Amino acid sequence: MSKDKKLPGIDTTDHVAKGGLLNRRLFLTSSIASTAALATASAAYGEDIIGEGQDDWTIYPGTDALEYSDRSRFEVENVKRFIPNFPQKFLDLRLTKYVARTPLDHLLGTITPNGLHFERSHQGIPDIDPDKHFLVIHGMVKNPLKYDIDALENYTTVSRHHYLECSGNSQVLFQETPTDQPIQQIHGLVSGTEWTGVLLSTLLDECGISPDAKWIIAEGADNGMMTRSIPIDKALDDTMIAIRQNGERIRPSQGYPMRLYTPGYEGNTSVKWLRSLYVSDRPVMSAQETAKYTDMMPDNKALQFSLEQDVKSIITRPSNTMSLKKKGLYEITGLAWSGKGKISRVEVSVDGGQTWGDAALEGPIHTKMLTRFRIPWMWEGGSAILQSRAYDEFGRIQPTRKELIDARGRNAFYHFHAVQSWGVSPNGEIKNVYA
Amino acid sequence: MSMRKTLIIASLLLPTQHLLFSQLANAQQSRFGEPATQKDIDKSFWSVFPDGEFLPEGEGNVATGRVLFKEQCNICHNMPGESDPVKDDIGKLFGVTDKKGKPNVEQTIGSYWPYSSTVFNYIRRAMPLLAPMSLTNSDYYSLTAYLLHENGVIPEDAVMNKDTLPKVEMPNKDGFIMAYPKVPEQYEVKR
Ligand code: HEC
Repeated sequence: MSKDKKLPGIDTTDHVAKGGLLNRRLFLTSSIASTAALATASAAYGEDIIGEGQDDWTIYPGTDALEYSDRSRFEVENVKRFIPNFPQKFLDLRLTKYVARTPLDHLLGTITPNGLHFERSHQGIPDIDPDKHFLVIHGMVKNPLKYDIDALENYTTVSRHHYLECSGNSQVLFQETPTDQPIQQIHGLVSGTEWTGVLLSTLLDECGISPDAKWIIAEGADNGMMTRSIPIDKALDDTMIAIRQNGERIRPSQGYPMRLYTPGYEGNTSVKWLRSLYVSDRPVMSAQETAKYTDMMPDNKALQFSLEQDVKSIITRPSNTMSLKKKGLYEITGLAWSGKGKISRVEVSVDGGQTWGDAALEGPIHTKMLTRFRIPWMWEGGSAILQSRAYDEFGRIQPTRKELIDARGRNAFYHFHAVQSWGVSPNGEIKNVYA
Repeated sequence: MSMRKTLIIASLLLPTQHLLFSQLANAQQSRFGEPATQKDIDKSFWSVFPDGEFLPEGEGNVATGRVLFKEQCNICHNMPGESDPVKDDIGKLFGVTDKKGKPNVEQTIGSYWPYSSTVFNYIRRAMPLLAPMSLTNSDYYSLTAYLLHENGVIPEDAVMNKDTLPKVEMPNKDGFIMAYPKVPEQYEVKR
């Protein structure tokens, strides 16, 4: 270990895997001392005013409070959901792909700010007047009932930290050649939120469901009336009618004024702008559970109702919107989640999966929620392949891309959850690679 | 009271024990649901099942469907034989009907959709995209007939209504496998 790489208070010789991965406890036990020199008292100023050299924001009053606060104007340009350009012909028809992704590379922690939550709709975001909207629960029930937003707010609500991931997230990784799109475009269809709502079991209890009920058909009030069938076990488990995200009413793009929310299930089943729940003994076989959201297998059969999501993780820093400027100590950090329960372990490799070191998990670890992991890494300037691999409390392990494709082929399109690799070149550039 | 009993029986049949607890918790809670009228339900519920349940009255045919498609749909979707790439990107509605030996098969109505009811169910609620539900039920039967015909599923002279549509067998009706509650062994990812 050469002198110039020695960092104050850190033992950079405590290796846990090859390639410079260090013991995760190093970041926990000792913080890296700031190298900024403390200003020393200078000579007397004589008659000069003392504010000489201060910035404007220190010596002038600030702006007034806003009714709904904004972020710093310096963040606006860089931290945003990228909206792709569409052919003019699309726009002439008033069409877009109706999608925006979360800039994961710009975020830390596990909660996604509401304005940066990913969104996907099929036919646009409706502008619903909450006074005219209600949810009906009907079908195999004793009492068909309806609920408006005020009625839902009257119940004792639950607030839970959970992630939401679109079934199509990371789908470009099925492609034969590795994409060079930025991380947001690859993985940005996942976000984490404190969702508040009324447990659906409470409402179903009130309506009195038949013992023969097996599925619930959820329909939205949007253009296209999104429709999905949800198994009754899920409906009676942790499914909720969500009305708030991170404390405030859910945004129009998230289903205002009310959405179905099915923790750990593929995102599309959390039907937004929810208006009807029909209690049934069979699924409806809507277009979104037959034509779409089904995975073509190598034998040309398609898997249908792949609802509960697998265990998955991604490294968000460093990632391909950044580059390593100089050799030295870096933190590798990212997010892990499982549709079944809690994350129990995340390992990181910087040599393409030959050796692995345990990353530190940041608590509290919630079930079906993003969990942040981190591990220190001493980069000596050579090439490296960064990977993360997650485990959940049920012993499920995130597969390699090869293992996923061996089982499911490359035409599945949805539900890509394998290990992804960031290739670091000696000049510090970072690219998505297959390894 | 009798409703409560049914519920407790229902919950005993289910593997989820916590339902009982949630019922206890809910028992303390006042209830805020209002009775839903048939009118409320009719406004909100548009599903049609594969066996034809909830299909409406009305009737349509291929020839009428062709005219409607040209008028209502062709600005965004290609007609059979047309190949505007922007329109193909919006949604290719006609295509390969035989998927044997083609791993990267086009997933069109004829090659992929397992139930005929889904076509009616989907286009009635969602199309034409800028004005869904702007047509009559008979128009939607005609458009369904046209789409099924041009995908090689039904003959030119077929008539679609609530009795005939659910009887139409789709070429790929056996092409789907339930992954719920468990992914079949052969598609499990081996580690
Ligand atoms: C303004 C443009 C537009 C018009 C007009 C339009 N569509 Fe569409 N259509 C779309 C878009 C966009 C989609 C994809 C929607 C999605 O992503 O869920 C689509 C999807 C479809 C699909 C599903 C395709 C698939 O493979 O999943 C069918 C079927 C369909 N349209 C039929 C029709 C019919 C029938 C009409 C006329 C009554 C029509 N469309 C008119 C834009 C349009």
